[in-house]
Amino acid sequence: MNLTSSNNVPDAHGRFGEFGGRYVPETLMHPVEELERAYDEARADPEFQAELDTLLKNYAGRPTPLFFAQRLTACLGGARIFLKREDLLHTGAHKINNCLGQGLLAKRMGKTRVIAETGAGQHGVATAAAAALLGLKCVVYMGEADMARQAPNVFRMRLMGAEVIPVSSGSKTLKDAVNEAMRDWVTNVETTHYLLGSALGPHPYPVMVRDFHRVIGQEVRSQVREAAGRLPDFLFACVGGGSNSIGLFYDFIPETGVKMVGVEAGGKGTALGEHAARFSGGKPGVLHGMYTYVLQTEDGLISNTHSVSAGLDYPAIGPEHAALYRQGRVEYTRVSDREALEAARLLSEQEGIIPALESAHAIAEVRKRAGAMGRDALIVVNLSGRGDKDLGIMMSSEL
Amino acid sequence: MSTLSTSRIEAALREKERGEGGKLIVYLTGGDPSIEETGKLLAAVDRGGADLIELGVPFSDPMADGPVIQRASERALRAGATLAKILARLAEWRAAVRAPIILFSYYNPVLQYGVERFARDLALAGAEGALAVDLSPEEAQNYVAALRAENLDTVFLASPTSTDERLRRVAQLSTGFLYLISRPGVTGERASLSAAVRPLAERARRFTSLPLAVGFGLSAPDQVRQAQELADAAVVGSALVRAIEEQYARGGEETIERFVRWLKSGTGSRLS
Repeated sequence: MNLTSSNNVPDAHGRFGEFGGRYVPETLMHPVEELERAYDEARADPEFQAELDTLLKNYAGRPTPLFFAQRLTACLGGARIFLKREDLLHTGAHKINNCLGQGLLAKRMGKTRVIAETGAGQHGVATAAAAALLGLKCVVYMGEADMARQAPNVFRMRLMGAEVIPVSSGSKTLKDAVNEAMRDWVTNVETTHYLLGSALGPHPYPVMVRDFHRVIGQEVRSQVREAAGRLPDFLFACVGGGSNSIGLFYDFIPETGVKMVGVEAGGKGTALGEHAARFSGGKPGVLHGMYTYVLQTEDGLISNTHSVSAGLDYPAIGPEHAALYRQGRVEYTRVSDREALEAARLLSEQEGIIPALESAHAIAEVRKRAGAMGRDALIVVNLSGRGDKDLGIMMSSEL
Repeated sequence: MSTLSTSRIEAALREKERGEGGKLIVYLTGGDPSIEETGKLLAAVDRGGADLIELGVPFSDPMADGPVIQRASERALRAGATLAKILARLAEWRAAVRAPIILFSYYNPVLQYGVERFARDLALAGAEGALAVDLSPEEAQNYVAALRAENLDTVFLASPTSTDERLRRVAQLSTGFLYLISRPGVTGERASLSAAVRPLAERARRFTSLPLAVGFGLSAPDQVRQAQELADAAVVGSALVRAIEEQYARGGEETIERFVRWLKSGTGSRLS
C-alpha cells in the first residue's frame, strides 16, 4: 500500500479548501499534534508499511476481488456493474483497513489502550479485532439505540475482549458515541489512542483514515484495467462519515473522465431529523473537531438524524467530502430507507450477495441510473460491508 | 500581545494583589432550569460573592463536559434556551449584578450566530468577554479580531498537556485572565486538587502576566483555597450546577447564594 499523498490536500493546517482544521479543547491539541507527527513518521517508514501490508494481506484478506455483477447488469439493462468486494474482508467491512493501520500506529506511539465509537458496529468490531490481534486494551462506545438494532455486533466485540459501553445521552446514536469517546480520550490521553473510525474529526484524522482506505481505489484502478482495459465511467459509494467512499474515490480524483457519486442517507423524509443528507439539508459548521457540512438548527444546535442504516446515521460529513462537493468534483445524492432496503433485496436475489444496508444505499442509486446508461458504460460500486448484521432489520421491514 | 488597559475582568481578578484575598469564579448554564430563573440565579451568585461569572451557553453535543453540566445543558435546551435568547436578556442580567460576566460556549452556536454579530451583541449587553471551549488558538483568528474590536476579553484554556510552545500561543491570545485546566479530562467535581496544577501554573507564569484562574474539578472551599495558593482565582462549575439541580427547586435563590458564600469562604477574602 502506498500512503504517500499525490494530491496536495490537506494543507499544513489540515484544511481541505476551507473545510477541516482542528476544533478541540486545548487538552487534546497537543495529542493531535503528536498523532500527526507519529503518523507522518510512520507513513514514511518502509517497515511500518511492510507490516501493515502483511496484515492487510494475511489477516484482513486483501486484495479484495472486483466482481462483475452480470445478472444485476442484465436486470437493470444498461451499464456494466462491477462490485468492489470490501464485504469479503475479515470482520465484514472495509473498516479493518483503517483499524489495522491505526492499531499499529497506536502501538508505535506506546499507547496501551484504544477507544472507538461505532454506529453500525462494523468499526467497533474491526477495532476489537485489531486490538485483540495487537494486544491492546479496547473500549468501544455505542449508542443504546444502535446497540439494540445491531445486537450481533455487540456480541462480536465482547467476544473479542472489547468492553462495549452503552451511550444513553442525546439521540443514543453515532454522534453521541463520538462525544463519549472524546470525553474518554481527553481524560485518558496519556495511555489511550482514539481509533476514530471515519474520515472525520480534527486533523490528522481525515487524511490518515483516507490514506488507510486508499488501497480500495488503488486496487480498483488496476483490477478494472485488467477486467475492462480502461478506467470506469462512474464510481458509486455510500457516505456516512465518508471513509469507504473517500478510499474508493481518492486515487481517481485527478482522472476527470471518472464521475463519482456519493450516496447519503435520505431516511424517511426531507425534514430536519428525518434523514442524514448533509449536503441537501445542512450547512457549514463545527462539530467533532472539524469545520464541515453539518445538519443543525438555526441556533447552531446539532440536529438528530435518521437512517435505517446505523453507519450512515450521523449529522456531519468528512471535510474532504465537503471540499469535493464545493469543487463539484463529486456528485452527492440521497436515497431513502425504503430504496436501500429494496436494493438490498435486489442484490441478494440477483447475485447471492447480501449487502450491508449502508452499502445498499450505493446499490440503490446504481439501480436508478444504470438502465439509462449505454451498455458500454462501466460502473464500479463499493460494496463496503456485508449484511449479516442487518438481517433483523430486513426481517422486520416487510421485505 | 498587550492586554487592554480597560479589562474589567483583569481588574476584578487583580485585587488579590491588593491584599483582598483570592477570587472566586463561578460557572452556571444559561437557561437552566429556565431563562427566567437564570436572571435570578445570576443575582444570587453575585450576592454570594462571585468575583466573575461564566455564563454557559447550552449545546447539543457538550463533548468537553461531564455528566452534571451535560444534564444542565439538556435541561436548558428542553426549556428552549439558545444563544440568541441568552444574548437578548443579557443586558438586563448584567445590569443587575456587580460581577463581570463572560459567556462560555461551544464554538458552533457562536459561528452560526455570526462571530461579528456575537461580539457586537455581547458588548451591547455590557458583558466582558467570552470563552469558546472547542475553539483552538489556531482557528481563532476571526473570533479574536471580532471580540477585540468590541473591547471584549478573549479567554482561552491552558492544559497540563499544553507544551510550552502551546502555552505561549494560548497566552498570546488571552486577555482578562488565563484559564488553567487542573487536569486532563471533562468538567466535573473531584475529591482533591490535581498535582498537575502547580507545574502548569509555574510554566504559565513564564508566558503571561495576566491573572491565572484554576478550574475543572474544584467543588469545595478547601480546593478553592489550594487553587489560590497557586493562582489568582478558582473556578467552580459542576458543583454549583449540581446545587442548582438538587437544591434550587426546594431552597430557592437563598440556597444558591449560601452555596456560593460557602465556596467563597475558601478564598479568605472578606465578604462584601
